[in-house]
Amino acid sequence: MTVIQNITSHLSVKKAGIAGAGGLGSNVAAALVRSGLGHIVIADYDVVTEANLNRQFFFADQVGRSKVEALRENLLRINSRADVEARFCKVTARNAGSLFGSCDVVIEAFDRADEKKWFAEWMIAHFPAKPLIMGSGMAGYGRPETLRVQRSGNLYICGDQKETDEKLVPLLAPRVIMVAMMQADLALELLLKEKPL
Amino acid sequence: MTITLNNRKESFSPQEMSITRIMEEKSFIFKMLIVKLNGTLIPRESWTRTVVRDGDRLDIIHLVSGG
Repeated sequence: MTVIQNITSHLSVKKAGIAGAGGLGSNVAAALVRSGLGHIVIADYDVVTEANLNRQFFFADQVGRSKVEALRENLLRINSRADVEARFCKVTARNAGSLFGSCDVVIEAFDRADEKKWFAEWMIAHFPAKPLIMGSGMAGYGRPETLRVQRSGNLYICGDQKETDEKLVPLLAPRVIMVAMMQADLALELLLKEKPL
Repeated sequence: MTITLNNRKESFSPQEMSITRIMEEKSFIFKMLIVKLNGTLIPRESWTRTVVRDGDRLDIIHLVSGG
């Protein structure tokens, strides 16, 4: 078995949960499916808009469709054998356990800071042993060296953690996707930790 | 006291301090923060009365909108 076959066979039995299918979630999902991850559950209650196309993994002909369904279609075009569970719903305290309880790793990919905070606190309270990989701070362009990972036990925070005015500093593809790739790379690190050499 | 703040050693002259005082001293002024002391989540309402001592590990995470 080659090294890449060893990695993909190890990832093929793993499951990641992704909370949100926007700029972070859609791009994380694509990188994980490309890497050979076998199982993904992704939850979001939004539809694809024209404005999403500047950074999210959707296409112009998918505008108006549910993000999770459009994303599932795109992911299956990368790997038709991937098991992609698309859940068109808002993540709440009532359904988070059934959505993410069986995942090996969970990616936080919400848009709003209050949702990020709620979800982090809920995960720490209910699944303290499960790795949670968050994104925080990625607006604007330039200064790529400010993007970093903060590690705190099973909590990992990717981004610059810098507050900006969203009217003046928009979200653009490079920094959003860089943070998504940091999240995906950390997911691989955690999922491959106990991989035999 | 010397503590580990966000994975870096930081020294303060008092022997113990509340989380709120450490935040004031280190200029953590943002709204959406997650605070963990020795791995335990500390809710906002407890920051003033939670005491940090020498050798403790304090993590302060700033959550920003956008994703």
